[in-house]
Amino acid sequence: MDRRKFIQTSGAAALAGSSAILPLSALAADEIGVGSIHDLSGGLDIYGKPMVDCLTLAIEEQNAAGGLLGKKLKLFSYDTQSNMQMYAQFAQQAALKDKVAVVHGGITSASREVIRPVLNRNKTLYFYNTQYEGGVCDRGTFSTGVTPAQTVGKLIPYAMKKWGKKVYVIAADYNYGQITSQWVKKFVQDNGGSVASIDFFPLDVTTFGPTIAKIEAAKPDMVVSALVGGAHMSFYRQWAAAGLTKKIPLASTTFAVGNEHIVLSPAEADGFLLCYNYFENIDTPENKAFKERFHKRFGKDYPNITELAMGTYQGFKLWAEGVKKAGSVEIGKVTTALESGISINGPSGKVTIDPATHHCILNVSVAEVKAKKLNILLSFQQQAPTDTSAVCDLKKNPRDNQQYVIKV
Amino acid sequence: MTAFASSWRSAALTLAIGVVLLLALPGLVDDFTLIQLTIYAVMAILGVSLGFIWGFGGILCFGQAAFFGLGAYTYAIAVINIGDSTIPFLLAIVVPALFAALLGYVIFYGRLSDVYMGVITLTVTLILFNLVNSTAGPEWKIGSAPLGGFNGIPGIPTLNVPGDPDAVLSQQSLFTVSMVCLLLVYAGLRWLIASKLGRVIIAAKENEQRVLLLGYDARVYKLICFSLGGAIAGLAGCLFANWGAFTSPTIFGLAMSAQIIIWVIVGGLGTLVGPVVGCVVIQWLSTQIGTQQTFNSNLVLGAILVVFVLLVPRGIVPSLGDVIAAAWRRRRAPAAKQAIPAPLAPTETAG
Amino acid sequence: MDLAIIVIIQVLYAVAGLVIVSAGLAVIFGMMKVINLAHGEFMMLGAYATITAHGLGLNLWLAMLVVAPIAVGLVGVVLERLVIRRLYGRMVDTMLATWGLSLLLVGIVTSIAGNTTVGVSAPLGSFSIGAYSVSSYTLVIIAVAVVLALAIRWVLTKTSWGLIARGTMQKPEMADALGISPGRVYSVTFAVGAALSGLAGALLAPLTGVVPTMGGAFIAKAFITVIGGGPAILAGLVSASGLFGAINQLGTFLTTPVLGEVALLFTAIVMLRLLPQGITGRFFKGSL
Repeated sequence: MDRRKFIQTSGAAALAGSSAILPLSALAADEIGVGSIHDLSGGLDIYGKPMVDCLTLAIEEQNAAGGLLGKKLKLFSYDTQSNMQMYAQFAQQAALKDKVAVVHGGITSASREVIRPVLNRNKTLYFYNTQYEGGVCDRGTFSTGVTPAQTVGKLIPYAMKKWGKKVYVIAADYNYGQITSQWVKKFVQDNGGSVASIDFFPLDVTTFGPTIAKIEAAKPDMVVSALVGGAHMSFYRQWAAAGLTKKIPLASTTFAVGNEHIVLSPAEADGFLLCYNYFENIDTPENKAFKERFHKRFGKDYPNITELAMGTYQGFKLWAEGVKKAGSVEIGKVTTALESGISINGPSGKVTIDPATHHCILNVSVAEVKAKKLNILLSFQQQAPTDTSAVCDLKKNPRDNQQYVIKV
Repeated sequence: MTAFASSWRSAALTLAIGVVLLLALPGLVDDFTLIQLTIYAVMAILGVSLGFIWGFGGILCFGQAAFFGLGAYTYAIAVINIGDSTIPFLLAIVVPALFAALLGYVIFYGRLSDVYMGVITLTVTLILFNLVNSTAGPEWKIGSAPLGGFNGIPGIPTLNVPGDPDAVLSQQSLFTVSMVCLLLVYAGLRWLIASKLGRVIIAAKENEQRVLLLGYDARVYKLICFSLGGAIAGLAGCLFANWGAFTSPTIFGLAMSAQIIIWVIVGGLGTLVGPVVGCVVIQWLSTQIGTQQTFNSNLVLGAILVVFVLLVPRGIVPSLGDVIAAAWRRRRAPAAKQAIPAPLAPTETAG
Repeated sequence: MDLAIIVIIQVLYAVAGLVIVSAGLAVIFGMMKVINLAHGEFMMLGAYATITAHGLGLNLWLAMLVVAPIAVGLVGVVLERLVIRRLYGRMVDTMLATWGLSLLLVGIVTSIAGNTTVGVSAPLGSFSIGAYSVSSYTLVIIAVAVVLALAIRWVLTKTSWGLIARGTMQKPEMADALGISPGRVYSVTFAVGAALSGLAGALLAPLTGVVPTMGGAFIAKAFITVIGGGPAILAGLVSASGLFGAINQLGTFLTTPVLGEVALLFTAIVMLRLLPQGITGRFFKGSL
């Protein structure tokens, strides 16, 4: 009677609801779907928003140029709300329901490792465009972000030459921080230095008072920071409040990726050394033209085009080249095309896919923070992902599918 | 609760509907929707666990996510070490139950009331979160399973047919298993509530003093109730680890616990179907919000919670039940008007 | 020797931090028995108010000590009228409603201000103790906590308003019979509690990144401190903050920040098991 009717209607409603999600978002026959799975809310959205903005721009540019293979591109953008369960859910949705041709997404290494198996299982191509700790060896995945051999390997010798040999390392407590800190240790020791200590901090820690006292006690020549996220920004604040920004110099593998150099004041951030693939003031015609287009689309006062945003833009362009060469969006054909050594002239310079590792050969630059801007000091052309190629060869083992934790 | 709701008929009806859904859905909907429904079913089991201990046992647990997470991690670690999934499946139910028993002992034998119980359960879930979150280093492993810290444990092997490690469950089978578990949990709890044990548990919630005076040790019954809730949450955790093939410390988090409480409030405290409904509605809403950018998810969930606490404090299921029952009575009322009017009792006037 | 002084300063700082963070919640819970789980979000609002005011050119101290408390106090008045008023006496329901409010506030602020971390730098520079530099702001926090505790005590015991508030909380019908409007008293008390939370958020803005979700990090600790403190507002606040703050910081010094947190949480559980009514349920009974 009453309960039966209620249960029936609720069951039917749940059924109808789940299968009728936004019917407008179905893919038309003359469209190619591109999935974007990024955090647009929650603690990690400082990374995600610029990435999706760049992806949107890239897709609009491609559509304006006539689309791909004569079809228009359609963006399916999912906000994973800094929640792992949503990553899994949206990966499934992108692959099974929206049947996209490629997914660009994942920010933290944790999120990548959640969606990679899902996309593999459902035969959807995956581009991971964030800088990370290296080691992913998977034929269905392409990583366009920089890895430690490309950046840390240049940053540490430069910083040590400038400041000294005793290094104190602080890192975020998850596999990115763990592995990157090992790389830092390796390069420090390779250059005749010593590591005073490596301290790890979970992503939500905001009290660094005791740590700062410990660092002072150790009297290092410099501090290397692999801290991640909004909460860790309080370290830089507290560091400056204790007057140490002027006393002990700092290099970082993650600073500025979340626009920390704009949020913090010059007194808190000037003098920090960084090393990435892309900086806004790279002086090439491609970069100038890109910036003009970007600012026209998103406004002149856009804070900063981040490293990850550029990674996403370049990742999309690489995929588009692969599709053009293959003449199809089918994963097998596109993968083979991409493995034939595709390269593009991106705003950061030439970016080439390395077939054996599915990672990218690209330019990196060492830069310094000054007055809320990043000034390039030294550039290196066409750095290969030597850390991943030491353990991964997809040409020899195409069935390989894991992330190698590279032993340093 | 109305007479209908607490009779065996309503339980049989719900179970019948459930079985129909269980058998019909895999054939009716596509793979993706089936995967969605699986997570709804899994979360519904979690919601029912809190709905049971809160609605029927009077225990407001702010940290039900702790048992959920323990179940998921126990399963993950055990199955990576053992290989065959039968024992890990059982462990995932037993370990959280034991933990709940331990915690329950601290709470109930310390005679802690409402608010303080809330604090302790909250702190426990935070402790677990903090501890597991900092296990990212390679030295943190149990057997051959690295705990992984913030990254969690990816690539968890799925449940397999007992005894045959290679015959893993497919997506459809996982849905079937989850639905079966949900229905079994529901049936089991309905039976328990109607039994003597259940009646004492409910009585202890209503009036602990009276129960004590009647000779029952209320603490033992609350402990049993709490442990059972922990076991069910652990089961949900195990199925969750299977659904996503991953587990991470965020399932111990405050946000997860908050979600479970919201499901029960929205669905209806004091019923078992309520949390299921609340869970499905909220989960569906969260997914919808994630696919569009206009409304922030926190805003919507917060607004829903406030509105429900203020305006629909009993939740969807009981309120809907009331509305439908009232409509039904109104339909019947005209017939009753023909009946003998209630006589006045002249002897009761002042005299 | 230097290290010992640093440790003492850090411990005092942790205790002071807890006092400031929990004061608002203590007032609201101690006076009205309302558990305001939107406390963390009031702090967040205070932090944002400070940053906005400072960004518009106002002196940082004015923004922190004047603008933030007033702004959040007003928000408190509005919320009390709309939501909390209908739920007095229903402790669990107020917990849930305020939890919903906290999510709502996070959502609203996110929609308006976006999710980028903003902030201000800590004022006042640093000073040295031997080989260590300490931020002068740390001393400011300690000083403010002491002043705050004394101010609460003074207002509640030495002013007529404090007396009226305490009387109304104990017996509202009596107060009503004496011509005092309980509704008004509740509103003002809630507003004061909210203002204190806003002040806490404003004071912490230079030290932590200000994001809409920053409240979450504080609510658990504040909740645990207030409940652990027990029924007496001030004595409970100070004693619980002292106990937990000291253990947290010492744990952090000896091990890592995470284990320091775990030590605090574990102590809370043990303490509640031994003293189910909180610290002032047993010690300092009857004090304010």
